Amino acid sequence: MINNQKQKTQTIQVKRRGIVYLVKDRCKGCGFCIEFCPMGVLKPSKDFNAQGYHYPILVEEPPNKVCIACGFCTVICPEFAIYAEPMEEEKK
Amino acid sequence: MPMQFVKYHVRDKYLKTDRLPHIWCPGCGIGSILNAFLLGLEKANIDPDKLLVVSGIGCTGRVAGYLNMDTFHTTHGRAIPFAIGLKIARPDMHVVVFSGDGDLVTIGGNHFIHAARRNNDLLVILVNNLNYGMTGGQVGATTPHNAITTTTPYGNIEDDFNIPFLAAAAGAVYVARWTSLHVRRLAWSIAEAFHRKGFRLIEVISQCPTTFGRRNKMPNGLDMLKWFRDNTIVKHNADLRETRIELNRKIVIGKFIDIKDKPTFEEQAYGLVEKVRGVKRGE
Ligand code: SF4
Ligand code: SF4
Ligand code: SF4
Repeated sequence: MINNQKQKTQTIQVKRRGIVYLVKDRCKGCGFCIEFCPMGVLKPSKDFNAQGYHYPILVEEPPNKVCIACGFCTVICPEFAIYAEPMEEEKK
Repeated sequence: MPMQFVKYHVRDKYLKTDRLPHIWCPGCGIGSILNAFLLGLEKANIDPDKLLVVSGIGCTGRVAGYLNMDTFHTTHGRAIPFAIGLKIARPDMHVVVFSGDGDLVTIGGNHFIHAARRNNDLLVILVNNLNYGMTGGQVGATTPHNAITTTTPYGNIEDDFNIPFLAAAAGAVYVARWTSLHVRRLAWSIAEAFHRKGFRLIEVISQCPTTFGRRNKMPNGLDMLKWFRDNTIVKHNADLRETRIELNRKIVIGKFIDIKDKPTFEEQAYGLVEKVRGVKRGE
């Protein structure tokens, strides 16, 4: 289910884009969002947050390697730190 | 579009945000399960004012302290009897028991069996982290055979409870099992179970990297989630004799039991009162 999706995304036509939000200082750096984002657009930061953890940063490469607002990071995050919402002017 | 740094999260309306960050270790699964529970609540369209959440003692027991709704943090093993009392007094409310394996099937094991037998109208979310996490990682009745814990340094010689089998045998009307990685399916299952009645059990296998994972070659949360990804198999309506958790075998997850229209304890109790007294409750 989660396996190999990074390769598949090369051929997927992106239908929807998302905006990723982060409450930076809640993150405890578990890396779940980074590991399981199906588009592979999250990476660990070089900086530390106030708790001393590496929080996720967004690295998009439009048009195809972008957040699609699938919402997986929103629900897997144990700290209620990250969430994504679809962009308003979607459907392109 | 760069990442947007914000102060609030979409689930904050359900949480006591002044208590965040919560006490759970980095990489613990309980936060993800709580997150999925809130998503399930939203999907099921349940009014939080019509919900009572009861926890016992242990790491999962802390859930009661973070939810911004009517929650109860009870004594060890007694979340179910407390919840039974709530439901019989307030049959109009949804009552959820949200607690750990040590609390629900070990210390409180007898309450669990009998509530399932009587079909008490409760939704039980049982977080199974395979050991006693809060007290330092001792063996419990849910620790798999051969697993290393602080009290079984050479491997556990006991077999663990097969929780779905136990619940189903005792009479539970809804039995499902997911892991803290399968958060979406878990949320759907929780939403579905909210609209059933009777004793409903959802076991969620969770990672405790701090005390369990560390001793079993999975020192952080991510290692344990990869274990769940690679070593689970979804089998709805599986033969429950095959759902024991073993370290070297695929863990069976899915929805196992879904019985509709079995009368609950509360319905029958109120029905009996009506029949004997000839008046409706509250008249
Ligand atoms: S919403 Fe989905 S695609 Fe977007 S960052 Fe989160 S996990 Fe990745
Ligand atoms: S899942 Fe949450 S806590 Fe974990 S790294 Fe991502 S934002 Fe941080
Ligand atoms: S001890 Fe284990 S179960 Fe408890 S908070 Fe830490 S990781 Fe989670």
